[in-house]
Amino acid sequence: MSKTILAVDDSTSMRQMVSFTLKGAGYDVTEAADGQQALDIAKTRGFDMVLSDVNMPVMDGIELIKNLRTLPNYKFIPILMLTTEAGTEKKMEGKAAGATGWIVKPFNPDQLLNTVNRVLG
Amino acid sequence: MSIDLSQFKQTFIEESDEGLDVLESGLLALDSGTADDEVIHAVFRAAHSIKGGAGTFGLNEIADFTHVMETLLDEMRDGRREISKEAVNLLLNSVDVLRELMDAARDDSSPDMSRADDVKTLLDVMLSGENAAEQTTEVVSDSAELSAEMKNRDSRQTGWLIKLHPHEHMLRTGNDTVRIFKELNTLGDMESTADLSGLPELLHMDPELSYLSWEIILKNNAELGDIKKATIEEIFEWVEDDCDLLIEPLMSETSEISAEELSGEFLPSSADTAAGSVTEDVLQSHIDVLMVQDDDSVTTDNKTVSSSEQSTEKIAPNVSPIQKKSEKKKKPKVEGSIRVGTNKVDSLIDMVGELVITQSMLSQLGEHFSMGKLETLRGGLAQLERNIRELQESVMRIRMLPISFSFQRFPRLVHDLSQKMSKKIELKMTGEQTELDKAVMEKIGDPMVHLVRNSLDHGIEEPHVRLAAGKDEMGIIRLNAYHQGGFIVIEISDDGAGLPRDKLLEKAIEKGLVSPQDNLSDEKIYDLIFHPGFSTADQVSDISGRGVGMDVVRKNIKDLGGKVEVSTTPGEGTTFTIRLPLTLAILDGQLIQVGQETYIIPLVSIIESFEVDVSKINSIDRANEVYKIRDEYIPLIRLYDVFDVQPETTCLQECLLVVVEGDGGKAGLLVDDLLSQQQVVIKSLETNYKRVPGFSGATILGDGTISLILDMSGLLILASEMQSTPNYANA
Repeated sequence: MSKTILAVDDSTSMRQMVSFTLKGAGYDVTEAADGQQALDIAKTRGFDMVLSDVNMPVMDGIELIKNLRTLPNYKFIPILMLTTEAGTEKKMEGKAAGATGWIVKPFNPDQLLNTVNRVLG
Repeated sequence: MSIDLSQFKQTFIEESDEGLDVLESGLLALDSGTADDEVIHAVFRAAHSIKGGAGTFGLNEIADFTHVMETLLDEMRDGRREISKEAVNLLLNSVDVLRELMDAARDDSSPDMSRADDVKTLLDVMLSGENAAEQTTEVVSDSAELSAEMKNRDSRQTGWLIKLHPHEHMLRTGNDTVRIFKELNTLGDMESTADLSGLPELLHMDPELSYLSWEIILKNNAELGDIKKATIEEIFEWVEDDCDLLIEPLMSETSEISAEELSGEFLPSSADTAAGSVTEDVLQSHIDVLMVQDDDSVTTDNKTVSSSEQSTEKIAPNVSPIQKKSEKKKKPKVEGSIRVGTNKVDSLIDMVGELVITQSMLSQLGEHFSMGKLETLRGGLAQLERNIRELQESVMRIRMLPISFSFQRFPRLVHDLSQKMSKKIELKMTGEQTELDKAVMEKIGDPMVHLVRNSLDHGIEEPHVRLAAGKDEMGIIRLNAYHQGGFIVIEISDDGAGLPRDKLLEKAIEKGLVSPQDNLSDEKIYDLIFHPGFSTADQVSDISGRGVGMDVVRKNIKDLGGKVEVSTTPGEGTTFTIRLPLTLAILDGQLIQVGQETYIIPLVSIIESFEVDVSKINSIDRANEVYKIRDEYIPLIRLYDVFDVQPETTCLQECLLVVVEGDGGKAGLLVDDLLSQQQVVIKSLETNYKRVPGFSGATILGDGTISLILDMSGLLILASEMQSTPNYANA
C-alpha cells in the first residue's frame, strides 16, 4: 500500500504541483485548501504525513499543526511546513506547535520529493 | 525525476491575478484608513503567495520583485513601519508592475523590466533607509562561519564526532531518531554508542518520551568523499532546538592548527557593506519621477480610448513607445477559463443524474408502449422538460459571475483619478454579488470605466465649489447592480452638479443637432449627451470628454442588447442606468411568420402588436408608408418586401402589425402571423457563415428548422435604405 500524504495549501497551483509530484512518485495524496479543511479531513482518517503551507486564510498552518497534534492519529506522524526562507520566526513557531520540519519555498519537485522520501523512506 | 512545471504556471498566473486584486483593494483600504488588521494580513499573504509560487514555477523576475514588496509589507504588518501614503502609493505602483510581469509570463514573452527596475529601486531605497545596520551584522556573522568552515576543511580531519541528546519531547514533533541515524549512515562510516543511563525503570517509562543519548562517530569514507559539517547540520536542522547537539571534528593525531591563523583574514571591511545612506530627497525625487510616468500612462491610455473610434492614425504620435508595446502585448490574451464554484458543478451533476433516470424511464416505457400508458408518457415528457430546463439554467449559471469582478477595478481608478484632479471622492459599491454572464461582463467593463470617469470629471465638482454650494467637500460616486426581470441593471451615480440643461441645449443648437424651434422635453435634452460629437466640457480634459465617448458607450451597450439612460437633478447629481440582458447566449423571442418563413423578434424590442387598421395608414408612395398610433406616426415595414419572400397575403387587413423599437426609433412590422414565444439559443451567423445585415443570429427550432433572429436596429436601417431606393419600389 502506498503511503498517504495530506497536502494543504491555499494556492491551487502550489497544491497541484505538490500533489502531482508526489502522486508521480507513487504516494497517495489528498488535498486541502486551508487548515480548517485539512483538519476536517484529518478527523475522519489518518495519514502517514502532512505537508502544510503556513500562510493560509481561515486557519493557518501553525494553528492546523497545533490542532493535529491533539488528535491521537497525528501525535507522532511527520508534519512538514512549506515555508519561505524569510520565515525563521515562523519556523520556530511551527516547531513549538509540533511541526516535524519544513521545506523552504521556493522548492522544485526534486527537492520536495527528496525530503518526503527521506522522512517517509 | 524531472517534472514539467509549466503545466501549473497557468493556474498560478490566474490565482495571482486574484492575489493582485486582493493586494490592490487591500492597499486602497489601507490608504483610506478603513482597514483593520485582517486587511494588512491578507495583503501580506497575497504578496507572500505570489512570491512563493513565482519562485517555484521559475518566474524569477516576479519572485525577486515580490520579495522586496513582501519585506516592506512584513514591516508594516509587524508595526515596524508606518503605513504611509508614500509607501501605499509605491506598493500600488508595484502592483501595476506585477500585473505587467504577469502578462508577460502569460504570453511567455520576456518582460519589459525598465519600469519594474525603477519601482524596485524605490522599494529598495525605502527599505534600506532603516535596515542598513542589520545587513552589516549579517555579513560579519557569515564571515565568521566562513572561517570556521575553512578550519574544518583541513585535510587532517578524518570525520566527525556527534554528541546527541534528544530532549524528552522530541518525538512529539514527529521527528524520529531512527530517521536521523539512517540519514547519517548514508554519509560515511558510522559507529554509535547509546547512553542508557537516562532510561527509567520500565514501570515508570513513558513510551512517548525519549530517554536516550548517543555518541556517534562518523568517519569520512573514501568513496563517499569528505563529510561537510553543513551536511550533518542539515540532517539535524529540524531538531536543533529539540536536542543538545555537539558536532566536533574528528582529528587525526598530527592535526593541530590554530584557529587564529585563519580567522581575521576573512573578515570583510565594514566599509563595503555600509549600504548607502539615503536621504529623503533622493527618495522623493524617485517617487516624483514615478508619479510623472504614471500620469503619462493615464493620459495616453485615455487618448487611445477616446480616439480609437475616429481614426487610429491620430493617436500614433501621442503614444509613447512603451505604452504601445504594452498594449500590443495585452492583445493576444489566452482563451479565458472560468473558475466555477463546486456547488454549481455539484448541482449540474445532480441534474444530469435526474436526466438519466428520466431517460431510462422513458425508454422503458417505449419498449412496451400501449395507448393505456399515454398519461405516464406525458408525465415522463413533462419531467424531461423540467429536467432539461433546470439543466439549462445550471449550465447558464456556470457562465455567471458576480459583477464584483468588474467593479473591483474602480476603487483604484477613483483613487488615482481623484488624487490627480485634487477632488475628494468616495466610492460606494453595492450589489457586487449580482451575477451576470462572463461574456457580458467582459464587454461592459470599458463603457463603465468611461461613465465613472465621466462622473469623476464632469459630475463631481471641485471641493471649493461643493463647499460653496453647501455640500460636503467629499463627493460620492455610487455603483449599484441588481437584477430586474431577465436583465441586470447597473447604476452609476454621483452627487455632483447634475447635467447643465441649458448649456446642453445651447450647444446642440450651435452644433445644428436640434433647431431652436424644437420643443424638446428635458429627457430628450439630457439624452443629447449620447449624440456623436457632443461635448460640453469647457476645457477638454484628459480624464474624459472629447465628445467621442458617450456615443460609443451607448453603441457598445446596444451591441450587447442593452440600453443606457441618464437622469439628472440639477445640483444633486446624475445617474446613468445601464440595462443589460443577463446572457448573450439565450434570448426570449417572439416567433413570427412571413410566408413560409419563421423569424424571431427579440421580445425586448417589441412594444405592442395588433391587427392593422387600414384607415390609419398614410402612404407617400408604395415604399414609404406610415402608420398612426395614437399621436405618433411610425414607418411601416413590409417584412416580405425586405426579405423578398412570398407572403401568404398582401392584404393589409389580414396582416398583423408588430410595433418594435430599435436604434433608429420605432417601426411597425407587417407579419402574417404571430406564433409562440420561446427562449431561443443564439447561434452566431458570423462564426458559421458571415454577418448579414438585419439579422443578429440564427437558432434551431423545436422541429429542427432554422430560424433567423431579427436585429431591430439593423433591420430599420436596411428598410430605410430600401425605401430611399426608388428602383426597389418599382421592382
